[in-house]
Amino acid sequence: MTVEKRVRFKSWWLPWVLVAPQMAIVLVFFFWPAGQALFYSVLQQDAFGTSSEFVGLENFRTLFADETYIASFKTTAVFSLLVAGIGLLLSMMLAVMADRVVRGAAVYKTLLIWPYAVAPVVAGVLWLFMFAPSIGVVSYALRAAGIEWDHLLNGTHAMILIVLAAVWKQVSYNFLFFLAGLQSIPKSLVEAAAIDGAGPWRRFWTVQFPLLTPTTFFLLVINIVYAFFDTFAIVDAATSGGPGKDTAILVYKVYFDGFKAMDLGGSAAQSVVLMVIVIALTVIQFRYVEKKVNY
Amino acid sequence: MTRKAFLLAALGAAAAISVAAPAHAQTEIVWWHSMSGQLGEWVNGLAKDFNGKQTQYKVTPVFKGTYPESFAAAIAAFRAGNAPHVLQVFEVGTASMMASKGAIKPVSEVMQMGGAKFDTSVYVPAVSGYYTAPNGQMLSLPFNSSTTVLHYNKDAFKAAGLDPEAPPKTWPELTLAAAKLKASGHKCPFTTSWQSWTQLESFSAWHNVEFATQRNGFNGLNTRLAVVTPLHIRHIENLANMAQQGLFVYKGRNNSADATFVSGECAMVTGSSALYGAVKRNSKFTGGISTLPYYPDVAGAPQNTVIGGASLWVMSGKKPDEYKGVAAFFKYLSDANVQAKSHQETGYLPITTAAFKLTEDSGFYKANPGTDVAVTQMIRKTTDKSRGIRLGNFVQIRTIIDEELEQVWAGKHSARDGLVALKKRSDEQLERFEKANK
Repeated sequence: MTVEKRVRFKSWWLPWVLVAPQMAIVLVFFFWPAGQALFYSVLQQDAFGTSSEFVGLENFRTLFADETYIASFKTTAVFSLLVAGIGLLLSMMLAVMADRVVRGAAVYKTLLIWPYAVAPVVAGVLWLFMFAPSIGVVSYALRAAGIEWDHLLNGTHAMILIVLAAVWKQVSYNFLFFLAGLQSIPKSLVEAAAIDGAGPWRRFWTVQFPLLTPTTFFLLVINIVYAFFDTFAIVDAATSGGPGKDTAILVYKVYFDGFKAMDLGGSAAQSVVLMVIVIALTVIQFRYVEKKVNY
Repeated sequence: MTRKAFLLAALGAAAAISVAAPAHAQTEIVWWHSMSGQLGEWVNGLAKDFNGKQTQYKVTPVFKGTYPESFAAAIAAFRAGNAPHVLQVFEVGTASMMASKGAIKPVSEVMQMGGAKFDTSVYVPAVSGYYTAPNGQMLSLPFNSSTTVLHYNKDAFKAAGLDPEAPPKTWPELTLAAAKLKASGHKCPFTTSWQSWTQLESFSAWHNVEFATQRNGFNGLNTRLAVVTPLHIRHIENLANMAQQGLFVYKGRNNSADATFVSGECAMVTGSSALYGAVKRNSKFTGGISTLPYYPDVAGAPQNTVIGGASLWVMSGKKPDEYKGVAAFFKYLSDANVQAKSHQETGYLPITTAAFKLTEDSGFYKANPGTDVAVTQMIRKTTDKSRGIRLGNFVQIRTIIDEELEQVWAGKHSARDGLVALKKRSDEQLERFEKANK
């Protein structure tokens, strides 16, 4: 039986009017800034924009001639993989557990959603305080355990710190979607599996997880974008990209060069590079990863 | 209450209201600054005092966040055509401001428009020199300037068996003192704030050597760093060794080490003289101030240290009447009495020699020992190697220096490799700036 799902409009202009608000928002908030970034990336300006010179690809050439810029691709890859990977795993675990809780479920859920309301820069400062080498609670405990915590000079420690802060900040968002995904799975399916003798782990792996793949895929895309773009405030507050350049991820350098160092051309060129990377990643995800998704 | 008394009271209230309400003829001068907390009150006090003394102009101070934040805000505002009249810019932004010729109006010009006789020689040379163009024109008004000094904890010195009244004057002495502090159980004998400013920039001027070629950038944009010298390598190596032995503990970029000194965790810190106020107010120990350490075998040391802090820039494209108001306000700010009061209240340097004399005569330095250290370090004849530092893209360069020095403190790079690397990367920034501002 085939059902005609498409809605047909009689007039030719009504659909355009109906999508117009959305199009306007996309144009103003996405295409226009992206166009501006492209435009500025081929210019070299003084801080106040009183003189402006077309330099072609000069800004890009300078970027790729800089070894530290190339190195920050690796830093960004490590950071993004860790943030997306740990973030998704942890929140899926929490969602599965919260889904099984019967008493006080609302309390757990509220507490788990809370961190989402925290601004990234506050999250950065929060974790920074806990890990402050001399006064932090966590670093105190670590010292008791024999670990000299020093993210000011130890690059690995610094990376752990920003990954923790970034994951903690995003867990709530992921959790919400996973929980909603789990709750939309018909109870009868899980119960049928239980009657057939499947334990919790098997039920999750063979019934719930496959049905969660659309959610997981969506969150994977969102988390990669999050790690690439929304984390500069955390890095700025917690490590400022240090020690050395060990935590200077790409977006942090965009922010630093553009808003602190006032090099608009260089910053715009970097954001164009970043834009290309994320577009490529998203395309790859939709082309290859999406094939494994059951809708 | 009699009728007459009531009438009088009413009249008084009316008068008070008319004083408080701005008259329509007043010209408003908007001043963006980055002074928060107690320093913010100081800035508001200055504006209020000026507004109370005359009726023609009204200065409105607006706090716009940290230095980089207000700088970014002003740039955005300028591009949108509504920049403030006066902008407070930190010292590392100086070269960027100077290069933006269309955006600023030199203070000398503004003062001439105001009809005020403008004598630049009243300003302390090491301070005003920083903000003066090669042709002798003063471009911005020095406002809050500080310099690099050594702060030390007198109580910790006593506990370690050191003489609290004889702070280390030289680096070898400081290393010895740090060793004694460590032996007495101190976890953090020495640390530093603003490592580029204290350990390389001021360090160079203090030893009368260049930090960058072309007279530290004063003579032209084709300047490059000059820090790969035996003296600089020796100093950074020294600090790296101290770091390995736990005598120097790195506490982070910018001024994050300040808090560790105020809390008593670290016993000595090289940092801004303006830290004095915080130590006096918030620490539980007696703080001492001494001159920045130097190497006694270097000829010409100690010379003078370089300033940090900020100056006031006037933005272009305003009405002549408004510039007259700015000139009147700047004249007020340069007044010896106002200056002396600001200096004593905040710990920032006096910007005119007269203000220093006035403070000295009032007995302030005797009553507050140590407050004169920064001033005497500065009020000297400067040489062309110690006048100041003017580099383009200085914000990036400071960050590069932070990044490379961190590798040295962590023991990943040798002092020499670190300095070579930071020179290479900084020079790229300088080249870029030179090209963009031909």
